[in-house]
Amino acid sequence: MLMQSFRMAFSSITSNKMRSFLTMLGIIIGIMAVVVLVSIVTSATDSIMGELDSLGADKLTVTVLNQRGLPLTLKEVSGYPDEYDSIAYVAPTARQSATAKTSTKEADAMILGTTSSYMEVEDLKLQAGRFLKSPDLENNSSVAVIGPSLANDLFSTVDVVGKTFYVGGRGFTIIGVLETAGESLLGSTNSAAIVPFTLAERMFRLQGISSFTVKAADSTLVAEAEDDLKHAMTARFKDESSFSVLNQSALLSSLDSIQGTLTLMLGGIAAISLLVGGIGIMNIMLVSVAERTREIGIRKAIGASRKRILTQFLIESLVLSTVGGLLGLLVSWGLLGLVSYVMDASYTMSPDVAVLAVVFSMVVGLIFGINPANKAAKMPPIEALRTE
Amino acid sequence: MIEMKEISKVYSLGGEEVHALDHASLRIADGEFVAVIGPSGSGKSTLMNIMGCLDTADSGEYILDDMPIEDYSEDDLARIRNQKIGFVFQSFNLLSKMSALENVELPLIYRGLRSREIHSRAADALALMGLADRMKHKPTELSGGQQQRVAIARALVTNPSLILADEPTGNLDYSTGQEIMRLFEDLHEAGNTVVLITHDDNVANAAPRRIRILDGRVTEEDSTC
Repeated sequence: MLMQSFRMAFSSITSNKMRSFLTMLGIIIGIMAVVVLVSIVTSATDSIMGELDSLGADKLTVTVLNQRGLPLTLKEVSGYPDEYDSIAYVAPTARQSATAKTSTKEADAMILGTTSSYMEVEDLKLQAGRFLKSPDLENNSSVAVIGPSLANDLFSTVDVVGKTFYVGGRGFTIIGVLETAGESLLGSTNSAAIVPFTLAERMFRLQGISSFTVKAADSTLVAEAEDDLKHAMTARFKDESSFSVLNQSALLSSLDSIQGTLTLMLGGIAAISLLVGGIGIMNIMLVSVAERTREIGIRKAIGASRKRILTQFLIESLVLSTVGGLLGLLVSWGLLGLVSYVMDASYTMSPDVAVLAVVFSMVVGLIFGINPANKAAKMPPIEALRTE
Repeated sequence: MIEMKEISKVYSLGGEEVHALDHASLRIADGEFVAVIGPSGSGKSTLMNIMGCLDTADSGEYILDDMPIEDYSEDDLARIRNQKIGFVFQSFNLLSKMSALENVELPLIYRGLRSREIHSRAADALALMGLADRMKHKPTELSGGQQQRVAIARALVTNPSLILADEPTGNLDYSTGQEIMRLFEDLHEAGNTVVLITHDDNVANAAPRRIRILDGRVTEEDSTC
């Protein structure tokens, strides 16, 4: 019985292609709005969250905003892992952009002064040579670990351990080369030159540590580490406003909730457009029922029950809305591909959204099909037969 | 067997009561070929609607195949129509978007038979009407006579207790009309019960028994003619 009804629905829809298409257009646009908007928001926030995630959820970044005449020393900071169980590694960071030169080439580099702990804090990997070691800091050695992009820019190769480059007239001996890392919000280490913190301090004429990164002993101890750091900093500066502690997992969860709100809002707007599409379907189904009064009469005369007629028209509106929904998905898929190509980004359709959109369009078709189908089913056969 | 006892049906048209059927009684045995003759407005359409279970009477008793047709629900009536009645209409009433075969299959589909049986029975009925080579054609691709023969095949395919033909030749030219009437005679000879409703005495003459209806009253006409 259902097979038959589906066949009839399809033949009725295809016999009036233009009208069926225009009816579906409402649903197509509605689905497109939902899928494209939600996919773009989801993809965008997902990529931001992915970057934040790659920075490490077990890390905290402390920035000193006001030294209040009491500069934070390397010795103090290096003592934190021993002092607090929650903290595994601490690495001070001092960043500055500079131009790195060789005798023939020059390139923009990010000079990053830090300590040997930085490798553990940031999970860095070396492809050649070694990382900074304590003696390098104690001796203010002019050595550097550089990123692969910088190595390529300066020497057209990554096989550069032992070679020398210059920043501001000071020569640096390359002791190690990093592996290629992904781009991230805070810039990548690919074009960095990592030098001993003590040397950077002198080069940049810094007094004390202005920022450092902490790795918690365990990802479950992040909150404890944050508390410990705040406590230590407050004790140190006697003022909570002179420093800030950035917790990346807190940032992640707040981004997550922003994404949720945005998705809900866009979904709501799109749902309204689907509702409008549904009204379009109801309108056309009512016209169709009126036009086919005689057909309904004939079907009833030869024995179609109310349920049969109801099912037939309900399936017709269901097929209209479902086909509309699927076409909408197809268009969305094309549109997302186009947007990705134009914006040079990757916007992908999430399967959840796609399934939800199609299910929603089916529900819309069913709900708005009930009234016309019921009208057809209730038509008295004699009057329906009399209609021309 | 069809038995109507004191059937009445009253419509109100613009506040005025119209007795479409006024205590009409008649009896039609299995295998009979009966013509119901009456001018327009005589109540013959109402008689046909009640006889065809499209409508129920206000009062009186209608017994179809030993089954009293009372105030059944619409779905019950639909089931009875599907099983007992085969309609043939003046304007053929075929579904224009379906092929001849699909039209004939429809009542069997509503009966809920298996699709293989539906197909073979519908094809047999069409072949019986001499339309074996026209099965895939849509009604618009067929002549009036052919369309009416498809309609008769559709009425016949369910093996109904009663074939109810409402002015079946009204939209056909004379010779095609004659052809269709001969088909009804053949059906009658094959043992089917046929009730022919018409306003035309010439058409009615094909039936061995004739019933006249006027102002909702039924009178038997002398069958020797």
